[in-house]
Amino acid sequence: MDYLQNYQNLWFVIILVLFAGYSLLDGFDLGIGALLALLGKNKEEKDILIHSIAPVWDGNEVWLITGGGALFAAFPQAYATAFSGFYLALMLVLLALIGRAVSMEFRAYDEARAGLWEKIFIAGSALAAFLFGVALGNVVYGVPLNEKMEFAGNFFTLLRPVPLWFGVTGFAAVLLQGAVYAVRKTEGALQERCFRAARVLTLLNFATATVYFVMMVLTFDDVVTNWLFYVAVLCTMLWLAELLFSLHRKHEFAPFWEASFAFVGLWLALAAIHFPHLIKASNDPMLSLTIYNSSSSLRALKIMTVIALVGMPVVIGYTIFVYRIFKGKTKASGPY
Amino acid sequence: MSALFLARIQFALTICFHFIFPAMTLGTALIILISETLYLKTKDDNYKSITDFLVKLLGLIFVMGAASGIVMEFSFGTNWSGYSRAVGDIFGPLLAAEGVLAFFLESVFLGVLLFARKRVSPGVYWFSALMVFLGGHLSAFWIVVANSWMQTPAGYALTESGRIVLGNFGEAVFNPSTAVRYVHTVLASWVTSSVMVAGIAGYYVRRGLHGQTARTMLKIGVILFAVTPLLQLGAGHAHAIRVIDLQPEKAAALEGHFETARGAPIYVAGYVDEPNRKTYGLYLPGGLSFLYNFDWNSEIKGLNDFPEEHWPPVNFVFQVYHIMVGAGVALIALGLFGGYLLWRGKLYQNKAYLFLLPFLIPLPHIAHETGWIAAEVGRQPWIIYKLMKTADGVSVVVGTGEIAFSLMMFLMVYVLLAAVFVKVFLKIVRKGPAV
Repeated sequence: MDYLQNYQNLWFVIILVLFAGYSLLDGFDLGIGALLALLGKNKEEKDILIHSIAPVWDGNEVWLITGGGALFAAFPQAYATAFSGFYLALMLVLLALIGRAVSMEFRAYDEARAGLWEKIFIAGSALAAFLFGVALGNVVYGVPLNEKMEFAGNFFTLLRPVPLWFGVTGFAAVLLQGAVYAVRKTEGALQERCFRAARVLTLLNFATATVYFVMMVLTFDDVVTNWLFYVAVLCTMLWLAELLFSLHRKHEFAPFWEASFAFVGLWLALAAIHFPHLIKASNDPMLSLTIYNSSSSLRALKIMTVIALVGMPVVIGYTIFVYRIFKGKTKASGPY
Repeated sequence: MSALFLARIQFALTICFHFIFPAMTLGTALIILISETLYLKTKDDNYKSITDFLVKLLGLIFVMGAASGIVMEFSFGTNWSGYSRAVGDIFGPLLAAEGVLAFFLESVFLGVLLFARKRVSPGVYWFSALMVFLGGHLSAFWIVVANSWMQTPAGYALTESGRIVLGNFGEAVFNPSTAVRYVHTVLASWVTSSVMVAGIAGYYVRRGLHGQTARTMLKIGVILFAVTPLLQLGAGHAHAIRVIDLQPEKAAALEGHFETARGAPIYVAGYVDEPNRKTYGLYLPGGLSFLYNFDWNSEIKGLNDFPEEHWPPVNFVFQVYHIMVGAGVALIALGLFGGYLLWRGKLYQNKAYLFLLPFLIPLPHIAHETGWIAAEVGRQPWIIYKLMKTADGVSVVVGTGEIAFSLMMFLMVYVLLAAVFVKVFLKIVRKGPAV
């Protein structure tokens, strides 16, 4: 039994890494999407912003697809409960993801409606970023479950203040990812504006993250005795402070990493209060879905571990290779 | 209408829409790889123009496929949570493997193809084309594995609580129908893109546009169009034999074959009268037996040998299957004719054939869509053949109203997307390859 538990623990970590990786990578392209109209003041600037993410957004989104697949494979009960339970919310996520994906391509070719596609791109990016946080907030805060592991609430169950604040915090972090990535890829007046936006968003993140951490202390009993939680708080706050200095000194490259580490702090805090749960039951703790009562068999977890340990280093290797191809400033003259 | 029925309709709608795009992706990646290889060898700029043009189309097609593909991955949890709970142990690893071992590769290197022609050496660019080709084909492999496992499950064990858990991963992956169904699916995609490229190039040549580039593109397209449907004839034949062996009641339904008999006929077209268990139409006596093992007298099991509650809707699958076969036969004939014209050196002057080519572009789509519908509806009432009923796989917490809402949403969004896709596709085609 202990042997199986090792794999269950490992897969909690792997899935956390996949979703965190998704939030950092797709985070910056969702963030640039949501900030498009604020950062880009004319068509040329908007083109630069979109071209900065065009070669990489699809690879970034595969982190979500793989994270979802990994959740399905390792913890099918949690995947089934959450995805069927949060049905309407996830339909909205899909709508948002479809809209933003196609609008990048359509905007370039369907000039008559370029403005409309731009709005869909912005709205889709923002909505997806926000809803991911709300969904996550719900599984951490807890939702009513029945004894068959099925969701027993409704759409409005999902819209309680604590989960909504997860959404706000995640959204603010995604916006910051977008701004600091834009700082890297732009020049001149546009970059100046990105620097200003990044500074404002860093301050905003100080506020949202502070509320997020305080809320956790007030909501979850055993947080104060959890060392990982303190590491998480320090991680987020110190990197946000460092980020503020970097932005002040007009560093172009460090801010992306600093914002990413600050975002990782938010994930660590979540892991600290959530482990070993997958979906907490708000009505009765005994009904919660944990990594121990929701997992696949030992054999499936072993196979998956081999696939992940062989596959992911290769994936990360060629992803770095391709990002290096696109390093440097993005130009407006497009590939479309 | 029941939630189950609506959930099935929604799955059918979203998967049929989705599959249009991967069906174009694989073959287009193949043709890009061919033309880029020729460019690397000959340094002939015509090949480079063809690659650049097809890469633009691929970018558009890929976006549509990726956007509609996420819907599919979510749908197992959102609409088929009963299924997900029962088979997460096997089905989940296959989907996760698709992400880690295949889709990353395709997505990441597609970025290089689309945006880095001037940033990388011709060798790296060619390598990226190879990786997109490989990634796409590996991705198709894992998805076909997942579906084949639902058709002919293997490598599993049943727990006392009724969950289906992994027994032997290798047996689950290479279950009895994986290989033949993978070849059949990949070839369908190659046919689809061959016709697409031949159709576009045929239009250019007939209008005298894009000179040598268009003629080279037409040549590549027509050669593939002559060869791939013929290969598909072999693959489809092998697949049909597999279905007769492994899913006899499905095979019998596809052929409208009720009474187990020697010398079973094969229908070219017809109508199945299900209540009276009779099939009417144009048939070749002994044809089905002959195609099964080249013996006019071999025995083929009929539907009457199976309980009626295990039958799929017979006339429906009979019709869609025969549409597929008809479209396939037409494609073989038209492709061979094009190959003949090319061989005789008459292709570029044959205005009638060149005129016809663009109108053939939808035909492979009709074939692969009806083929998949026959495969999936033909498996009913099972979601996993003889292991689990479709009715037991649906999400119990998702109500009729919710599915009705999402179904309407997908319907409206997909109609809109399809319209804009066609518009943008035609725009790229009208602009044509840069010479």
